[in-house]
Amino acid sequence: MIVVVVIAGLLFAAGAVGAVWRIIRGPSALDRIIASDVLVATSMCAIGAEMAINRHTDTLPVLLGLALFGIVGSVSAARFLASRDDT
Amino acid sequence: MTGPLDLGFDFDLRDVITSVLVLLAAVMCFAAGVGLLRFPDVLSRLHAATKPQILGIIAIVADVAVTNPSVGTITLALAIIFFQSLTAPVSAHMVGRAAYRSGHFRADTLLVDELKSASDTGTGPHTDRQL
Repeated sequence: MIVVVVIAGLLFAAGAVGAVWRIIRGPSALDRIIASDVLVATSMCAIGAEMAINRHTDTLPVLLGLALFGIVGSVSAARFLASRDDT
Repeated sequence: MTGPLDLGFDFDLRDVITSVLVLLAAVMCFAAGVGLLRFPDVLSRLHAATKPQILGIIAIVADVAVTNPSVGTITLALAIIFFQSLTAPVSAHMVGRAAYRSGHFRADTLLVDELKSASDTGTGPHTDRQL
């Protein structure tokens, strides 16, 4: 089990580092929006993995809140970038 | 469901299910990171970004629901999957539309551009250009 935890942690960390790298180096604001969504999804997967490994359900409402309101930032930014993008 | 099977070593089915689903979600997140690094433009990066948003979340939430099967947990799990699969396509659609209209995509990688006739002169079905 500890081997699975270490491998999963390394994979989550690698995905998060890729998303952060795209946030830093993204040529447009839309790339940064997509990478932010991926970072939120990776965080949700990590929180849920911690719950599943330790067998508790304490942070399940956090996942519900993120699933409900994770789109607000990206949708609003994309909606106001749609007509004029200076990046 | 929970008792150790007689395989010669300690074998818990919940640990095996947890390991498989957590590794599946971790591989999805890793694939999304690699795809964000290596894909060339916004539209192909949207394709990579969808994997942890849907498949990773479904794997993790099913994992939590399997390892702790109560009514409240399964209800919350179904609600999380429902709202995530309801809201992720909306944001992907908005980002893709903004990418198309602001020109942040590589036109040479597209096989068919079905929006070209509709978005140039207003002669297509979309006549109001005001977003």
